[in-house]
Amino acid sequence: MTFFIVSSIIKIIVVFTAIMVGVALLTLAERRICAWMQDRLGPNRVGPQGLLQPAADGLKNLMKEETLPAQADKALFLLAPAMSFVPALLAFAVIPFAAPLPTRWGDVDMVVANLPVGFLYILAFGSLGVYGIVLAGWSSNNKYSLLGGLRASAQMISYEIAMGMSTVAVLLLAQNVTLTEVIARQSSSLFTWNVFPLSLAFFIFVVAAFAETNRLPFDLPEAEAELIAGYHTEYSAMKFSMFYIAEYSNMVTASALMTTLFFGGWDVPFTTWDNTPPWTVWKTLATLAVFSAKVLFFLFLYIWVRWTLPRFRYDQLMALGWKVMLPLALGYLSVIATAIWLLHDRLAWTYDTRFALTLFALNVLLAIPLFFVLDRGHIVAGSVAPEGGNA
Amino acid sequence: MSGSVIIFWAFAGLAIGSAVFCITRRSPVASALWLVVTLFSLAALFVVLDAQFIAVLQVLVYAGAIMVLFLFVIMLLNLGRQAATDIKGPLGLAVGVALAGVLGFQLGVLRVAGPPAAILLPPDAMARAAAEQGMVGSVARPLFDAYLVPFEITSVLLLAAIVGAVVLAKRRL
Repeated sequence: MTFFIVSSIIKIIVVFTAIMVGVALLTLAERRICAWMQDRLGPNRVGPQGLLQPAADGLKNLMKEETLPAQADKALFLLAPAMSFVPALLAFAVIPFAAPLPTRWGDVDMVVANLPVGFLYILAFGSLGVYGIVLAGWSSNNKYSLLGGLRASAQMISYEIAMGMSTVAVLLLAQNVTLTEVIARQSSSLFTWNVFPLSLAFFIFVVAAFAETNRLPFDLPEAEAELIAGYHTEYSAMKFSMFYIAEYSNMVTASALMTTLFFGGWDVPFTTWDNTPPWTVWKTLATLAVFSAKVLFFLFLYIWVRWTLPRFRYDQLMALGWKVMLPLALGYLSVIATAIWLLHDRLAWTYDTRFALTLFALNVLLAIPLFFVLDRGHIVAGSVAPEGGNA
Repeated sequence: MSGSVIIFWAFAGLAIGSAVFCITRRSPVASALWLVVTLFSLAALFVVLDAQFIAVLQVLVYAGAIMVLFLFVIMLLNLGRQAATDIKGPLGLAVGVALAGVLGFQLGVLRVAGPPAAILLPPDAMARAAAEQGMVGSVARPLFDAYLVPFEITSVLLLAAIVGAVVLAKRRL
């Protein structure tokens, strides 16, 4: 019991620190990558390659004046940044980030809390992040903030459903809601990573995750061209900074979730050395490195998409959520459930590479008509669109 | 007093306290937020009862989705600023006191009577069920097996409610 408490406290401190430092560096990475994409240099004056820029920004935000709008609901106005920040961090608690670490007192699971319902816990806390944004928008007593908050709540609810539906497919394959089990099911070979048997679910999940984290092309709650800065218009200094930390923490959690659910978690590809006992320190370090690499890739994807795609219009966002993503997720779920039932119960296949590749082939077949639907004749028709026609 | 008893009383107190705040606040937004606190306390109580799955669903569905919709509607109608009218008055007060009395009487009866031994589970039944068929299975199996028809009827009821809402909202379909 003592060992459990001590190891848990150490894990909490280490994970919290790692995420906070990661978030700080992520703000810098975002600015540098953006600059690189726009053929600029980006912040490179503070420290080597601008590495101390986040520290300077943090200090600036701590020193700045805290403002409080005269008509604001004071309690909620102060509470809102924390309410968007806390769920973002809590959700990371159940994500396994490496193989168990052997110590003198027994193996330590490399996850802060190995919940039996870890997967649903993430969905639950992911859905709580919206409170901070909604309340920030409402309590500011500013019509632009309020619009931002309203948009955030509508958007979150719409895409949460598609997100949940897409992840049910993962649960069907894993037959479990424990994240360690979800990872264990994927680790037998590269093709049993869920991204292969459930490619379309991964696609839906990524789109929904972008919407859930309010990142471009779905950052309607703060659309600066329409709403000044949306829900955080009235915020200054560290409270404003908290919203940024929350956004980036959400990105880290969403990336970790994509890794865990669809890319094998901490599984090292092409080998089963890493996921069989006896556990060693080297296995823990190797799996941790692989997990970090995967998460960093998805974080890069977030930044890459942000500086590539323009923002959606609000009605387009809602139409995409309700008329495309939700029916797509529902239909896909019924197809994949039937396929899994057929392979698993009727043909009695065990879950291995053959099973995964069969499902992958099904996904490719489904993806072709989907491409034509989502394309709406743009790429296929291409330049032959009629002159003056509204394409 | 063991740890779980302390946790039970802490969260039970929090649930009741926040429920009282929920019905006494003037601002609809504050009311909604206190209701969220109540729902969270209930989720914690479910965890104490070894029902982690129900607890997470409580947070996911009620705190995460339904209350967000509540807030959305409150903000959309902009109810937040002006103080809402009261339904106080002697008659309302009398009805409230009468209902509270009935509730208190029911609780008293329950305390004296207690549940019959026939429907009590053995002490470790929950843990064994969870180990046998997982957290989800012990809820899902009865739901989709023994109680399938009531479950499906409920979903038809919900569907009817949704269709009704759409018909009411859209004058011209």
